[in-house]
Formats: sequence, C-alpha cells, structure tokens
Amino acid sequence: MPTLTALVEHYNYIVTIFLMVTGLYIVIARGNLVKKLVGLSIFQTSVYLLYIEPGKIIGGTAPIIDPTLTVYSNPLPHVLILTAIVVGVATIALGLAIVVRINEAYGTIEEDEILEQDRQQ
Amino acid sequence: MNAVWPHLPALQVVVPLLGAVLAALLRRHGAFALTLAVSWTLPFIAGALLWQVLATGPISYHLGGWEPPWGIEYRVDVLSASVLMLISVIGAAIMPFARKSVAHDIVADRQAWFYCMYLLCLAGLLGIVITGDAFNAFVFLEISSLSTYVLIALGPDRRALLAAFQYLIMGTIGATFYVIGVGFLYVLTGTLNMADIAARLGDVPADQWRTVVAALAFITVGISLKLALFPLHVWLPNAYAYAPSWVTAFLSATATKAAVYLLVRYYFSVFGGAIDFDALPVNEIILVLSVAAMFIASLVAVFEPNLKRMLAYSSVAQIGYITLGIALANQAGLTGGLVHVANHAMMKAALFLAVGAMFYRVGEIRLTALAGIGRKMPLTTAAFTVAGFALVGTPGTVGFISKWYLAIGALDKGWWFLVFLIVASSLIALVYVGRVLELFWLREPCPEVVRASDPPLSMLLPVLVLAAATVYFGIDTEWTAGIASTTAKALIGGLR
Repeated sequence: MPTLTALVEHYNYIVTIFLMVTGLYIVIARGNLVKKLVGLSIFQTSVYLLYIEPGKIIGGTAPIIDPTLTVYSNPLPHVLILTAIVVGVATIALGLAIVVRINEAYGTIEEDEILEQDRQQ
Repeated sequence: MNAVWPHLPALQVVVPLLGAVLAALLRRHGAFALTLAVSWTLPFIAGALLWQVLATGPISYHLGGWEPPWGIEYRVDVLSASVLMLISVIGAAIMPFARKSVAHDIVADRQAWFYCMYLLCLAGLLGIVITGDAFNAFVFLEISSLSTYVLIALGPDRRALLAAFQYLIMGTIGATFYVIGVGFLYVLTGTLNMADIAARLGDVPADQWRTVVAALAFITVGISLKLALFPLHVWLPNAYAYAPSWVTAFLSATATKAAVYLLVRYYFSVFGGAIDFDALPVNEIILVLSVAAMFIASLVAVFEPNLKRMLAYSSVAQIGYITLGIALANQAGLTGGLVHVANHAMMKAALFLAVGAMFYRVGEIRLTALAGIGRKMPLTTAAFTVAGFALVGTPGTVGFISKWYLAIGALDKGWWFLVFLIVASSLIALVYVGRVLELFWLREPCPEVVRASDPPLSMLLPVLVLAAATVYFGIDTEWTAGIASTTAKALIGGLR
C-alpha cells in the first residue's frame, strides 16, 4: 500500500517517464524518418516536464517581492526550459529540413528503402 | 589593451559567434577572408588565457557582472585553457586548406553559409570548454552539434544527408540525456554552477544518493554518445566518411575532444570530490569499453575499403585510448589520456587533410582507386605516412608518448595485461596503416591517379605542418605532456 500511495503522489513523474520512454521507443522502433523526429520531439518535451515539475511548490506564488507573500515557486526552471524549447525547435526544424533533402535525393523517407538504394549503388 | 584584457574569456566565444553572423552576410570571398581572420585571432586569445592561467591560476569571468552561482560564470583553469588552445590552434592550422577544398566540395552560393556554420560550431565548442555552468554547457553543446549536422549534410555525396540525419538523432538523444542528468543535479543541489554543484554534492543526504548515481549515469551516457565511446559510436563512421573533406579533419580533431573535456570535467571536478568512484563500477565499465573500442574498431578498420571510413573507425579506437586514460584515473594514466587528446587531434587532422588533398586531386576515397598515389603526390603521401606512423605509436612520434604514459599508468595499477593489450592494439593499427601505405607506395599508379599531382601550396602547407608537429611533439614533450601532467595533478587533487 505505501508504494501505491507513493506512486499516486508522484503521478506527474510517472507521466514524464512514460513520455520519455515512449519518445525513445518511437525513435528506435520506427523506420519513417518523420516519425523518428516526432519521437525525438516527445522525448525532448518530457524533459521540459522533468525540469518544471520540481519548480512548482503547492500554494506558492509567482516570485514577486511583496510582504503578504511568503511562499514562492522557483522561476529558474521555466527560464532554462525556455532555452531548451528553442534548442528543441531548432533541432526539429533542421531535422525536417534534412528529411526534405533526403526525400529529394532518394525519393523516399523510409530508412530501410534508403539503405537498400545505398546498397545497390 | 587594458580594456580588452579582462574580457578575453568572453571574447574567446563572442569573436567566432559574431564572425558567424558576419560571414553569413558577406559574399563568398569575403566570407573566407573573415573566417581566416577569426580563426587566426582565436589562438592569440587562447594563448593569452593559457599564459595568464599558468602565471596566476584559474580565471573566473562573470558574464554581465552577475556573481556566481547566480550568474553564468566562465571558468578557465589549466585544463580548459589547454583545450581552448588546442581547438583554436587546430582551427587556425587547417583553415588555409579550406578555401580550395571547400570550393571543390560545395557549390559557390552556399560557401558563405558553410563558413557561417563552421564559425558557429567553433563558438559552440569553445563555449563548452570555457563555461563553468552546467546548463550553459548544454546550450553550447547544441550550438556546436546543430551546426555540425549542417556541415556534414553539405557533403558531396547524397549519403551525407542520411549520415547527418542519423547523427542528428543520436546527438540529440545524447544531449537530452546530458540535460536529464543536469536536471537531477539541479533538483538535488539547487544550483547549476559546476563548482557550486561539486561543493554542495557533499551535503546530499545518504538516502538521495541514488539520484546522484542516476545523474552520473545519464551524464556519462549523454557525453559518451557525443564523444563516440564504443558502442555509442555508430553515428561517427558515416558522418566522417561522407562529410566534406575539410569538415572531417576539423571534426575529428576538435568536436570529440570538447566532449572528452566535458567528461573529464564532470568526473574529476564535479563528481570527483563527492562520489567515491571506487565504490561504483564506473571506471571498470569505461575501461572495458575503451579496450573493446581499441580492438573492435581497429579490426573493422583493417577490412574497410573506404579510406575515410577506415580513418573514422581508427578515430573510434583512438578515443578508446583517451577514455582508457580517464578510466585509469591515476597520475600517469590521466596524463596519457589528456596528452592523447592533443596528439590524436594533430595526427588525425594531418591524416584527414592528406586524404582531403587526395580527394581534391583524384576525386576518390576508395582505397583501390588510390593505389600508387605515392609516386604522383609524394609530399602529401609522405605527410600521410608520418602521421600514420604516429597513429601506430612509433617511437619518435606523438603516438608513442601517449601510449608510454598510458602503459606506465597501467603498470602503476599493477595491470600488466593492460600494457599487453595496448601493445597488441597498436599492432592492429600497424596492420591497417601498413595496408594503406603498401597500397600508396609500392603499387603501380592505377588509372585514376595517373594525372594527379601534389595540391597547391595553401593545401599542402597545413598537411606538412601538422605532420611535422606529430614528430616535433613526439620529441619535445614539454608543452603537450608537461601541461597534461600539470592538469592531471590538479584534477586528481580534486578527487577524494
């Protein structure tokens, strides 16, 4: 029973870890290059959650200096993740651009068909 | 001068970053001249930093005037200053080669973008090395990685695209693993400054040690993907083989080295003071993987028909020697690993540039199409030969110095079998280098190479200088091994 309570209390981390593993699984298991990028994006997004969740304190307010407020949530994770989101957007944009070029060069975005074409070359 | 002097750490990163923007705005001839100017400025900045560090101790630079641990700190100690020096000097030494080689490999209207991406990559690599902030290191890691993917995708063959894509997937997974590890450390310590994390890790209560170990595991795997530690190296051979010739030389000499720096920084400066490494099998795991890299990658190189891929597999094996030094974690072993960072950079830059020169003249990198090239391109092939002997570890070259220190490090631990393994793996290197040299020198020139001749001086000179450096630093080791030894002493002093 205590394990179950612990699990329920930390359900947000379970969601995070589920997304993390799902993303990684898609990257590994799918041969379609766009689907791989979707998996990569899910994997990266799960890390945003991992950072932001511990920053929130229940009952905490925004970090504004005011005598009536005493409990603050940590703003730093949000700033870090803002940077990480920019990095993630750039990665996916570049990845998709490369997939477009691959499609122009090979006429397909399925990994096994591309490798097959390379073998025949 | 006095106004510039205190801001050198920031300039080390800002100069290539601004250069990248300017290069994108300039036309193609201007872009090369600008890139050359930037590349030749950086060694002076790095040299001034190294001199300052050796004279007065570590420099702490507060970006924007914010005190650490709140603001981002640039921290330059002997280790980071010497890696900065290495990356800047290699960048400057190979730059003259770029103009003709890039003009040969890349269509004219994309060359300015190429130089823009190169300078961005350089800024990222220097940033990784100079920063003292764990999250800032992630941002620089991604700056350098994203520009690297573009540089690889610009390769002349369409297979470069798939290689770049595979590297993008693997590299992003690696960087994300790294950032997960940093997240754990942040949750535990509430800080992102590396020195501050190291100081606060000691106060972490015993029931939270599992998180520290998880952070260590994530950071190790993430960085190992970046530095291509066996078996996380699968992206490397294709990326190196199909990238433009000059990019391969640049990446093999600098990109993995910055990742090695980050691993050393985490093991010795961040975790070293807090975690008892003897209680965890970290060093044992890295040791086994390093030895596996030395043997398996070398064996693959023996049977590889593509010259650039062969050298790429050899890079995986050579990275094994570097991580072997990290795993030994004693004075001589770590010196050997660190000095091999510099030595491997020199010899691989020389080898890949020589291959780039052959590709420039012949248009081929298949070994069978390069038979007998020694008689047509004697100086280039001679440089390749010298650097090849350094790769094997012949006495009188830099390769011997690294392996000597590694062997002493292994003996200090009482692991004589490891000395045997180092020698045995060098013999495999002798086989794959010897196979190429036999093909280059002793065969009749094949039809592909009959019309080849040594490349223009701007390409020949960097190859010869780097090849000469592999011999010079194999005899005069004061700068390379001397600094590596000082660094190793400082790092091991930080270990518990």
